[in-house]
Amino acid sequence: MSANLSALFYLISGILFILALRGLSSPETSRQGNYFGIAGMAISIIVTFLSVGDLGPGFVYVLIFLLIGGSIGAFIAFRIPMTAMPELVAGFHSLVGLAAVFVAIAAFLKPEAFNLGSVGNIKLASLIEMSLGAAIGAITFSGSIIAFLKLRGIMSGSPITFKGQHIINLILGVSILFLIFYLCKSQSSNFFWMLVTLSFLVGVLLIIPIGGADMPVVISMLNSYSGWAAAGIGFTLENTALIITGALVGSSGAILSYIMCKGMNRSFFNVILGGWGATDQSSKSGDKEQKPVKSGNADDAAFLMKNASSVIIVPGYGMAVAQAQHALREMVDALKKNGVKVSYAIHPVAGRMPGHMNVLLAEANVPYDEVFELEEINNDFANCDVAYVIGANDVTNPVAKSDPQSPIYGMPVLDVEKSKSVLFVKRSLSPGYAGIDNDLFYRDNTLMLFADAKKMTEEIVKSL
Amino acid sequence: MEIDPFIFRLSIFILSIFVGYYVVWSVTPSLHTPLMSVTNAISSVIIVGAIIAALAGSSENIFEMSNIFGFLAIILAAVNIFGGFLVTQRMLQMYKKKKK
Repeated sequence: MSANLSALFYLISGILFILALRGLSSPETSRQGNYFGIAGMAISIIVTFLSVGDLGPGFVYVLIFLLIGGSIGAFIAFRIPMTAMPELVAGFHSLVGLAAVFVAIAAFLKPEAFNLGSVGNIKLASLIEMSLGAAIGAITFSGSIIAFLKLRGIMSGSPITFKGQHIINLILGVSILFLIFYLCKSQSSNFFWMLVTLSFLVGVLLIIPIGGADMPVVISMLNSYSGWAAAGIGFTLENTALIITGALVGSSGAILSYIMCKGMNRSFFNVILGGWGATDQSSKSGDKEQKPVKSGNADDAAFLMKNASSVIIVPGYGMAVAQAQHALREMVDALKKNGVKVSYAIHPVAGRMPGHMNVLLAEANVPYDEVFELEEINNDFANCDVAYVIGANDVTNPVAKSDPQSPIYGMPVLDVEKSKSVLFVKRSLSPGYAGIDNDLFYRDNTLMLFADAKKMTEEIVKSL
Repeated sequence: MEIDPFIFRLSIFILSIFVGYYVVWSVTPSLHTPLMSVTNAISSVIIVGAIIAALAGSSENIFEMSNIFGFLAIILAAVNIFGGFLVTQRMLQMYKKKKK
C-alpha cells in the first residue's frame, strides 16, 4: 500500500476516534461511539500490516502477541469490579506509557525501519520527538504505577513529602532537557538510556507527594500525559492517527483535571505540589467541642422518607466502600412505590475518578435520568423534604460557603442543609478527608443515622 | 520555498487539540469514567509503531533487540486496546433510561 493511501486511512481512523469521543455526549449515542472507536483501531492496525507489505515470518509472532495481550485485556475487562475502575484506568495508563517508551527505544535502536535515518545519524527533529515521547511515556508509566499502588491500598494514600522535594524535581526536569540536548548533539545511546531512567524517576517523585483524596486529579493528569506521549511518538512515526489521538487524549485529560480541581476549589499546582490539609489537620482536631447531635434509627428514617413527597439521595465514595449501592436502589424502589419522587445528586469529586459515582449507580440499575450533577440539582434542595446523605461528607459541608478560614472554603458544595430534613448515614462523627468537622451534623434539621451505610439502608428497606 | 512536512503535522496536532477541547467539553459528566477508559483504548493506537518495530529487519533474525521491544509494546498495547474498549462497552451497557 502506498504511503499516501495509508496516510489517508490513518486520517479516517483519527476521525473515527473523534466520533468515538463525540458519542459520549449522551448515553444513547455512547455505545455507537464506542464502535466507531473500535473501527478506527481496526483500520489502523490493518493498514499498518498492509503498508509494511512483505510481512515475513515475524507476522505470525505479531498475531500471537496481539492475541496474548488481547486475551489478558479482555479477561481483565470482564472481571474487574466497577469499584476498582480508578486503579484499572491507572494501570492501563501505565501500559500506554510503557508502550510509548518501548516504541521510542525500538525507533532509536533501528531508525531505518521508520525512515528516520541510520544509527548514529538520526534526523534531528525525529530525535527530539522520540526523546520527548520516551520521557513523557516513562513519566506516565512510573507515575501511573504509583497511582495504581495508592488506589489499590498497597501503598499508603497519605502524601510522602521530604525536604527539598520540589528542588530535586526541578533539577531532574532541567537535567532531562540537558540530556535531550546532548543526545541530539552526540547521538550517543548513553544519553538516551539516562534520559529514560531519569524520566522513570521523575514519574515516581511527581506522584508520591499527592494524597489519596486528590487521586481524581492525578488519574486525569496521567490520562493527559499518556496522550502527549502518544502524540510525541506520532510525530516520530509521522503517523496522523497517532498525532490526532494524542492531541485528543491529551486535551481530554487536561480538561478532566481542570474539572476535578474546580470541584475541589484547588489550583492545579496546589494539588501537584503536595498533600491536602497536611498542615491544618492537627490544629482542627484539638479545639473540638461537644455539640448536641440528634440521632435516630432506621424506623425514624423510614417514617420520614415515606411521608415525604420528594427525596434527594447524596451518595459519596463511602457508599461504594460499603457496597451499599444495591441496597440503596432497593430503598429507592420502595419509596417510589409509596409515591415519593426520588433523585440523586452527584458532586464532581464524589468518587475516586471523574464520573465514578455515575458508573456505580448505573451498575446498581439506577436510571441515568434520575441522576443529576451539582449545578442541575442544587436549587432543588430548598424544595425537597428529605436529603439522604450516604457515604458523602466534605461535599455537603456548609462551612465551605460560610467560613473563609476553612481549608475547603470556596469549594462547591451541595446545599443539603436547605432541605426540610437531612438524614446523614455515617459510622461516627469523625471528619472526612479534608480533616474538618462537618457543620451539618449539628443542624436542627439533621438526623444522624450512626451505622454502616449498607446495613442502615437495608434496615430502612425492611421498615418501609 | 517548500514547506517542511513537519509543519503540516504540527498543524494537524494543534487543530486536533482544539477539536479535542470542544468535543470533550460536550461529554456529559456522567460519562467521564467511560471517557477515560475509551481515551485509554484509543491512545493505544501506538500499536502501529510497535507493529512496524516488530516486523522491521531481516527475516533471518526476527528477534533483534529492536524487534523484541516492538513485540513487548504490542502485548502492552493489545492489553489496553481490548481491555479499554471492552470495559467501556461493559460500562455503557449499564446506563439505562427510566422504564416508563
